[in-house]
Formats: sequence, C-alpha cells, structure tokens
Amino acid sequence: MMTAQATLEPTALRPARAPQPGFQPERLLVIDPLTRRFGDYRISELPRLLGPGDVLVVNDAATLPASLRVDAELELRLVAQERDGVFRAVTFGAGDFRQPTEMRGVPRTLRAGATLTLGATLAATIVDVDAAAPRLVRLRFNLEGAALLQALYAHGKPIQYAYADAPLQLWDVQNRYAARPWAFELPSAGRPLTFELLFELERRGAQLTHVTHAASISSTGSELLDARLPLAERYEIGDGAAHAIADARLEGGRVVAAGTSVVRALESHAAADGAIASGNGHTELRLSSRYSPRVVDGLLTGLHEPGTSHFELLEAFAPRALLRRAVDHAARTGYLQHEFGDSCLVLAGSLLDRVRRAA
Amino acid sequence: MDLAKTTALVTGASRGLGRALAEQLAGSGARVVLVARTEAELSGVVDAIRSTGGEAHGLAFDVSRKEDVYPLAGAAALVGPIDLLIHNASSLGPTPLRLLLDTECEDLSSVLETNLVGPFRLSRAIAGSMALRKTGTILHISSDASVNAYERWGAYSVSKAALDHLSRLWAAELGERGVRVLAIDPGEMDTVMHRAALPDADATTLARPDDVAARILALLRDERVPSGSRVEARSWSAT
Repeated sequence: MMTAQATLEPTALRPARAPQPGFQPERLLVIDPLTRRFGDYRISELPRLLGPGDVLVVNDAATLPASLRVDAELELRLVAQERDGVFRAVTFGAGDFRQPTEMRGVPRTLRAGATLTLGATLAATIVDVDAAAPRLVRLRFNLEGAALLQALYAHGKPIQYAYADAPLQLWDVQNRYAARPWAFELPSAGRPLTFELLFELERRGAQLTHVTHAASISSTGSELLDARLPLAERYEIGDGAAHAIADARLEGGRVVAAGTSVVRALESHAAADGAIASGNGHTELRLSSRYSPRVVDGLLTGLHEPGTSHFELLEAFAPRALLRRAVDHAARTGYLQHEFGDSCLVLAGSLLDRVRRAA
Repeated sequence: MDLAKTTALVTGASRGLGRALAEQLAGSGARVVLVARTEAELSGVVDAIRSTGGEAHGLAFDVSRKEDVYPLAGAAALVGPIDLLIHNASSLGPTPLRLLLDTECEDLSSVLETNLVGPFRLSRAIAGSMALRKTGTILHISSDASVNAYERWGAYSVSKAALDHLSRLWAAELGERGVRVLAIDPGEMDTVMHRAALPDADATTLARPDDVAARILALLRDERVPSGSRVEARSWSAT
C-alpha cells in the first residue's frame, strides 16, 4: 500500500529539465475519484484505461514564438489575442530564461503611445497599460494577418522555462498534431501523446477529436499579476468535436480532456445540461473545487503541486485529500513535473476494475 | 477530392510545374498557399493569380531549412487547415550534372535535404493534423530518374527514389486514417530546371507544365487512384 501515510511536509515534485529519453517514457498517475484510489501506469497504457464510446479531446493549437525581446532590460510575452494585430502582453525585466521569473529585474513601466521596435520589420505601439498591474499591457503591431505571423516567427522565440537545461526551439514546443498557431505556451498535456498511442486508442473503440484553444501563460513571477490569469482566451469547437462529444454522451461514454485548455473551452461552451454545439468564443472560466464540470468527465494533465493554480483546478474533478495523497506519492516515487514531465489522468471509474497496482 | 473546397499548399510554386499547379488549383476554386524561397518571384505569381479572381497566399520560406518548417506550417494554417499538400520543390544539385565520382558528398547531402528530408519534415508538421481530422491528400512530385539509372543524375535520382518510397510508407501508415498519399512522375517538361539539367534538349519534345498540371488535377479528383500509388502523368488518363 502506498497510501495513508500523511507526511507533514509533502516531498516536492522534481522538474523534467529536458524531454525524457526514449519512446513514450512518461509515467501516468491515474487518480480515480470514484473509488478514491490512485495507481501507477505508463502513458502508453492510456488506450487501455479508456474504452469503447469514450472520447479524448485534444487541443490542436500550435505554439507561437510568444516571447519578444525589446532590449536587454525588456522582454514582452504575448498572452492573449484580442483581434487581428492587437494583443495583451506581460513585460519581464532584465535577465533571461535561466532565472526564475520571480528573480527577474523589474521591467520599466511602459506608457500608452510608446512604440517598441521588435525586429527589422516588426514594431508595436502600446495601446494602454493596466492600472492595477502595470506589467500587463495592450499593444497593437504594425502588421496583421499572415505578415504579422511571419514577422513573429522571424523575431520571436518560444517562451522559455528556468528549469530547462537548454533554450527551447520552436520544434520543442509543438504537439504532434498541432496545426493552428494560437497557443502562447505549449498545451503540454498533449506533448506525451504519440500517434502510436492515439491510433491504438481508436483501434480500441474510443474516439479522438480536437478543439482549438489559445493556451496561455499561468505564471508571471508576480502574485498580483498571476491572480489576474488566465485572461480571456479564445477557442473554437468544430462540428467534428461537437458530434463526437454528443455521441459519447449518448452512448454513456466519458469525455476526457487532454489539458486544462480543452476543459476551459468545452465547459465555457456547454449548455447547462452539458450539450455542446460547434462554435467559438472567449473563455474566462476559472476551475476550482467550487466548479462542477458539465461536460468533461476526466482530465489528462501534467503533475502539479498543491498550492499551484493547476492543482486548484484539478479539484474540480477530485477531492483535495485524494489529490494530495496522490501527488505526495508521485513526488516520493520520482514522478517529474513541468512541460517534459509525466502525466496524470483524473477520471472517475478509471480504476474500478483495476485493483492491480492501485493503492 | 473536391478541389473547390480545398486549402492547398504547393512548394516550389514560383516557377514551372509548381506555378502551373498553383494557378490551376486557384482556378478550380481552391485556396492556395504558394511557397518559394524568393519573395519577389513569388509575389509576381500570387498577384497574377489574384488578378484572375483566385485566392492565393505567398509564403517565402526554404523547405530545406529545418528552422523554416514550423513557421511555414503555422503561417499556412492561418489560411485554413491544409487539405492538399504538394511537395513540388526540388533541387538538381550543382549543374552541369556530374558523374558520381565527381559528386561532392556535401552536394548529395544538400540535395537529400531539399528533396527528401524537407518534404518529410513538412509532412510531419502537417500530416498530424490531417490524421486527427481524418482527411487530407499528400502529393509527392517524383521523376522518371527515380526508377531509371541515368548517368550523371546520381544525387537527384537517389533523392527521388527515396521520395517515392517515403510516399508509399506514408500511405501505408496513414491509409486507415483517411489521408491519401500519392507520387506522380510528371515526365520531362519544358522548365528552367530541365534546361539546367539538359541545356541541349529539343524543347518541342517536352511537355508543357500547364498540360501536366491539368493531368495531375484530374488525377487528384479521381478517387479511384488508390493511396500509395506512383503514377506517370504522361501515360495516365481518366477513363
């Protein structure tokens, strides 16, 4: 038994500092709020944990190079697109990715009307500065559409992480099925999903479908700013996803979201009875223990420690005590967290027939 | 496939067969993303297509550069999910063409990078989304040099033979996913590339890129041509 030993100070999860070596190396911590059990699996076992009629919904957003360097003392990170050419951004001060964001210098305060040169062809004008959190600005680029995107690709870099061994390149932060360039940070729940796994899932009778959601940053190094996140993020749900989810609900299958970005899109768009139509919009939904999911039954995500906003939103799917026990077990047994880390599936009934290895 | 409802991406679209394919796809109502290395050449073709009422988007990228692949795929996805991906760009290597014993290893590597690794990378960036959506077509432009051992065509021949097999392998792995993968040998055409390879060839014996493009579009429309096929445009006809 791996449970019930309440430690006073839970062990911290270690970060994966680079992609883990090998093919499908990630571990999968399965948490079942129905049986109040958790168990150790591998990500490659996900297809066996889902069944005929279930549907896995992924976010097909490709990751943008959302970090723009103005000068040695100022970096902009795009966090939301409001309309073509107009974005919200957060400023970061002196330093680089090797420093945790909370250790970075205080960025100079930008003023409305100021123009920043971001590259040979790319510039942005500050539209306004948030009164309460001056690091949060709204800006308008000098370009729009495909021309803007090409300039971002030419001058931007993917948002970097202090825990990483080496700077991340654009290809390091794309999921295998990524298509639409909407995400400001890697929707990382999808990163361990190989096509080997996805095809196996379908062979076993589960459905695979996708939505698009502009996943964005969840921490800025400032508590004041973090409390404002996530900002309104845009999403789109296609006919294929709407049908696949309707089918699953009709047949008693379970809707499993790969990532919180998918949860936010689906829950924001669902009718009170959980019905989903195709469409698009912006979501400001905040998940927590106070939220009861209407359409999403389970969540595939990374490992998150108590006290983080991600842990809090898991509480929409499982009680805090069970999550704490499971994450404490994960930390003690060497699960890795962050973008290249291991995975976690929170799904009611997932361990019903599987006493094997369950705690 | 119904080309009128298609978003197509054509590499090497500023000249020759690539240009003819882009023009005719746009003429059939497809939204076309044209890719080529040189902005100036590309914008001329894009403007020409737009002036006839077609929808064209030019993206200046080099498909042989690893750094260009995700920016290219991302910018193209802004137009729409890519339904038809045509790998047309290719390189002969240094001309005049030379014997294997006179071919630098670096030249072979660079030809493989453009003609084989580049298409693989771009397919990897785009076919994942096709597999997710369970729809899409990938077309590899091959050459008769992929099956015949012509003296002095070494680097190019090897790259096209490998590309043919890459096409079959994609088809084998994506066949049940609704993604159709084809290779087409366009035959000898009157193009800048052909003149670089064989400057003394009699142009009157060569096919016009426009005619070959028309055959290729007919072939794409014909669902009876099974995924994994390698087709010779010259001898194929819709019957």
